[in-house]
Amino acid sequence: MSSETSLSALAAQLAARQISSRELAQTYLDRIAALNPAINAFITVDPEKTLLEAAAADALIAAGLAGPLTGVPIAHKDIFCTDGWLTTCGSKMLHNFVAPYDAHVIQRFKAAGLPSLGKTNMDEFAMGSSNETSHFGAVKNPWNTAYVPGGSSGGAAACVAARMAPAATGTDTGGSIRQPAALCGITGLKPTYGLVSRYGMIAFASSLDQAGPMAPSAEDCALLLNVMTGFDPNDSTSLERDKEDYARDLDKPLTGLRVGLPKEFFAEGLNNEVAAAVDAAVAELKKLGATTVEISLANSKLAIPVYYVLAPAEASSNLSRFDGVRYGYRAPDYGSLDDMYCKTRAQGFGAEVKRRILIGAYVLSHGYYDAYYLQAQKIRRLIANDFSEAFKVCDVILGPTAPGTAFRLGEKSDDPVEMYLNDLYTIPANLAGLPGMSLPCGFDSQGLPIGLQLVGNYFSEAKMLNVAHQYQRATDWHARAPEGLK
Amino acid sequence: MSLTPDDVKRIARLARIETSDAEAQATQAQLNSIFDLIATMQAVDTAGIAPMAHAQEVYQRLRDDAVTETDRHAAFQAIAPAVENGLYLVPKVIE
Amino acid sequence: MMKWETVIGLEVHTQLATKSKIFSGSSTAFGAAPNTQASAVDIALPGVLPVLNKGAVECAIKFGLAIGANLNRINVFDRKNYFYPDLPKGYQISQLAKPIVEGGALTVAVDGVEKTIHLTRAHMEEDAGKSLHEDFHGMTGIDLNRAGTPLLEIVSEPEMRSSAEAVAYARALHTLVTWIGICDGNMQEGSFRVDANVSVRPVGQAEFGTRREIKNLNSFRFLQQAIDYEVRWQIETLEDGGRIEQATVLFDPDTGETRMMRSKEDAHDYRYFPDPDLLPVKLDEDWIEAVRAALPELPAAMQARFQRDYGVSPYDAAVLTGSRALADYFETAAQACGQGKLAANWVMGELAAALNKAELDISASPVSAAQLGALIARIQDGTLSGKLARQVFEGLWEGAGEVDAIIEARGLKQMSDSGELEKIIDEVLAANQKSVEEFRSGKEKAFNALVGQVMKASRGKANPAQVNELLKAKLQN
Repeated sequence: MSSETSLSALAAQLAARQISSRELAQTYLDRIAALNPAINAFITVDPEKTLLEAAAADALIAAGLAGPLTGVPIAHKDIFCTDGWLTTCGSKMLHNFVAPYDAHVIQRFKAAGLPSLGKTNMDEFAMGSSNETSHFGAVKNPWNTAYVPGGSSGGAAACVAARMAPAATGTDTGGSIRQPAALCGITGLKPTYGLVSRYGMIAFASSLDQAGPMAPSAEDCALLLNVMTGFDPNDSTSLERDKEDYARDLDKPLTGLRVGLPKEFFAEGLNNEVAAAVDAAVAELKKLGATTVEISLANSKLAIPVYYVLAPAEASSNLSRFDGVRYGYRAPDYGSLDDMYCKTRAQGFGAEVKRRILIGAYVLSHGYYDAYYLQAQKIRRLIANDFSEAFKVCDVILGPTAPGTAFRLGEKSDDPVEMYLNDLYTIPANLAGLPGMSLPCGFDSQGLPIGLQLVGNYFSEAKMLNVAHQYQRATDWHARAPEGLK
Repeated sequence: MSLTPDDVKRIARLARIETSDAEAQATQAQLNSIFDLIATMQAVDTAGIAPMAHAQEVYQRLRDDAVTETDRHAAFQAIAPAVENGLYLVPKVIE
Repeated sequence: MMKWETVIGLEVHTQLATKSKIFSGSSTAFGAAPNTQASAVDIALPGVLPVLNKGAVECAIKFGLAIGANLNRINVFDRKNYFYPDLPKGYQISQLAKPIVEGGALTVAVDGVEKTIHLTRAHMEEDAGKSLHEDFHGMTGIDLNRAGTPLLEIVSEPEMRSSAEAVAYARALHTLVTWIGICDGNMQEGSFRVDANVSVRPVGQAEFGTRREIKNLNSFRFLQQAIDYEVRWQIETLEDGGRIEQATVLFDPDTGETRMMRSKEDAHDYRYFPDPDLLPVKLDEDWIEAVRAALPELPAAMQARFQRDYGVSPYDAAVLTGSRALADYFETAAQACGQGKLAANWVMGELAAALNKAELDISASPVSAAQLGALIARIQDGTLSGKLARQVFEGLWEGAGEVDAIIEARGLKQMSDSGELEKIIDEVLAANQKSVEEFRSGKEKAFNALVGQVMKASRGKANPAQVNELLKAKLQN
C-alpha cells in the first residue's frame, strides 16, 4: 500500500520534476508550523537552513547527480550532532549547544541529499518511555493529544504520525524507536548493533545504543536504512561489512516463513486488546504462508533488571563530560570548582537523568561491582543465548512491542518502575544486539495504535523488512493517519 | 537491600550532583523501588557464565599512527562558557 | 636501636613516541599554543568516540618483549571515573584487569652489584591535560593539548631497598624505553614521570609497612632526594611512636621535603568498568613476531658483546650503553679504526668532556663517529701523536673539515722523514752542548731535556719514539 507520501513516491515525483525539493520542504515546513504547537514534536526548526539544503538537493537533481532519495526532506532526533544546529539531546545541559560537527548519520543523509526539516523532541538524553522528561516539554500523541507518544524518540514518532515529516531518524537503547513507533502507529526499526555508526550520536548506553529509521512503512524504513548503514572508521564498534540493499527482499513471498512466538511475551501483564491485535496479525501472516512455532526466551524476564544496571552504569560515565567546563550549561553562581560541578549538574540535568546517574554510580562503586554490574553482564549473555537457541527453530520472532497502548500524560511520570516496565518486550533485543522493529497492527477501543514487534537474527534486517512489507501489503494499519490534524 | 539517605548523599557526591537532605530523602525512596526491581536478578545462578560486555564478538580495530586533525580551537571555544587566551577557565584548582 | 629496611616500588608514566594521540588523530608535538592540538575527541564533545592508535599498541608490545614479559594476547580498556578539569570526559581510558603487559624484569647494577627488579605490569592509558595556575582573575586555565597523549604506565614490584636502587632502576628503565624508541625520555617536558611508593619496616619483618606514594618526580635527583627524605621522615615518625597513614604526597624541590596531598580517606572510588566504546585488543602472533624481529639489540646484550668484541671493561661497556645513540657512536668509531679500547677512551674522555662542556647530547656531536674513528686510525698508524690528535679533534669540533685535511692544512703530521729530523737533532745538539756533556757524564735526565728540545724545535710534529732512537744513536757516536 504505497501512499503518495511514501519515500519512493516522493522520490519519483522529484525525479520526474513534478515537484522540487524546495517546494516539498516548504510543504512540510508549513505543516510543522501549523501542527507543532499542539504536538511539540520539534525542538528546533530552521526553515532557512532547510530550504538551503533543499535548494542544494534540487541542484543535484538538475545536474543528474541524484541518488534514490535525493531531495526528500526528513527530521532528525535531537540526539545527533548537526553542524551549526542547536543539538540539545532534550536537556537543559545542552540548551545552548550548537554542535560544531556532524554525526556520521547526519553526514550520510547530507551526502545522499536529504534536507533536514529540523531536530525532534526526545526524552532527556534518551532516558524515558513517554517523552515527558524533555527539558523542552512533553510531546503529545497525534492520535490523542492527552496521551504520550512514547519515548525516547517520541518527537520523531509523533512528527511522522502527524505527517509533519515523511520520515525521521531515531535511536533505540531499550526500545526508544520501537515503543514510540508502536504508540504512534508508525513503523520503526532498530538495526543490528554496529550497523549504524554511533559517532556524533550523543551517548546514553554505548553498548546498547543504535540508530534507525522511523517512517510510515517498512518499505520507507528499508530505503532509509540503505542510507544510514555503513562502516565508519570513527566508531570502533562499527562493523566492516559489504553494503547491502535492504529493499531487495521486500517482495518475496512469505511461504515457509517460520515465526517464533515467545510464550513469555504473551503472558501476564499484556493488555487484552494488544494481545488480540497481535493474534490477528499472526493469523494474517499464516494466510500469507507463514508457520508458527512456540519458543521460550526464559531469561527475558530478567531483561529489565539487567538493563537498569547496565544502561545507568554506562550512562553515569558517559554523562560525566557534562561538567560546565567546555560547552553547554554552567550554573550562574558558584564558589569552588567542586561547587561549580555539583551545581551545574544538579541544575542542568532533569530528575530522571539524575536518578539514572545515581543508580549507575552506585552499581559501579566499590564493593558493589560484582554483585550488580558483573552479574548483569552474565545474565545479558544468558538472554542472548536464549535468542541463539530460538533462531535454530524460527526465522523471525514475533510479539507485542509494548504491553499496552499509549497512556495519559502524567499517568506514570511519578512512578519510575511502572514506566520502566513499558520496555519489557523491547529491551531483550538491545541486550543481545539483535535487530528489532515495530509496525502497526491495529487500534484499541480508544482509537490508539497497537504495535507488533519483530526481532530477527543478526543482520537479518532484509528478512524482517520483507515480512513487515508483505504484512503491510495485506493490511492498511500503517497507512492510517490521525484525523482532525490539519 | 536498601539505600540510606547517607548512601544517596555519597553517590550524589561521587557523581558531583548537589543534593539537599530533602532531595536525598525523596530520591532514596525511588531508588529503593528500582533496586527492588534489580534485586530479582541476584538469585540467578551465573556460575561459569562469561560476562557479556559487547553485542558483537569482534576485536578492536586499530588506526594508523598519523596526524589527521587540524586546529579547530576557535570553533570549539566559541561555544565554551569561559575562555581566555585559548584556555578554558574554571574556578581555581587547589593541589 | 631498631634497624629499618626501606621498601620501594615505582610507577613510571612514559609518554609514547607516537605522532598522534592514543584515541584521536591530533598531534602529540610538545609546546603548541593552548588547545590547538585538542580535537573534538580530545575535548570530549558530546557524541565523539575513541579509536585506538596502532602505534601506541606497538610501543607497548616492544616494551613487553624488551623486558621478557608476558604479552596478554587479549587486553581490555577500562574507564577510570573521576572529575577533574584536565580530564575532559570525566573518565580516563586505562587498563585495569587485563593490561597489555604483565611480568618481566630489568637487571640493574648498584656499586658493582647486580640486582634483578621484577615488573608487575605495564598498561596503556591516556594522559590528562594541564592546569595552568597563573592568575586568570582567580581562575585556573585548562590546556587540553596533552589530553589523550598515549602513556605506558610501568609498575614495578616493591623490590628496591634503597634510593640508589630506585634511581638505578629508573635510569635503566629510562635507557630502555629510549633505546627501543618508544619514549623520547625528555623528563623536563614530562615524557618520563616517576611515582615512588615508599615504606619502611623493621629488618626481619615479613609484612610491608604502610606506604606513602610520592607523585610526579621528574628528575633522578629529585627521586633520590624525595625517597631519602621520605624514608627519614617515616623512620623518625615510627621511632617517635607515631603511625604511618597511607597517603599521597608531593615532593617540594625547594625545601627538599614531601608534603601531604591527600589521605586515604579522600581516595577516589574510581568505578572502573570495561569501556563499551572500545573492543578487546587482540595481538596477533605475526604482529608480535614482526615487532620482535625489528627490535634493536638491547643494552644488556650489547654490554656483553662490547666486552667480548672490543675488549672494553664491564664498567666501560655499561657507560657506553647508557644510550643507544652513545652505543651506536662508539661502535661506529670502533669499527672505523679497529681499536675498541682506544675508541672507548676517546668517546668517554675527550669527546664526553667536550660534549659536556658544550651541553650537547651525543646525537648532536659536531664530531661524527666516522671522523673520530678516522682520527684514532691516524694515531694508530703513527701519523699523529696523542697531543697532535687532540689538536685535530679541536679542528673537527670546529668543523674545519675531515681528519686528513685538517692534518694537512694545519701541518700537524708527525715528521716521518728521518733526514729532516736528523737535521733538527743536529742543530739541537749543537746548541745544547752543556746537556750533551752532562748526558755523557752519566746524567740520564739531560737526555729528556734534549728530547724536549727536539720536540719543541719540531713544533711537536716529531715522532717521540723516533726522536729517542735517533738521539740515542747520535749521542753514542
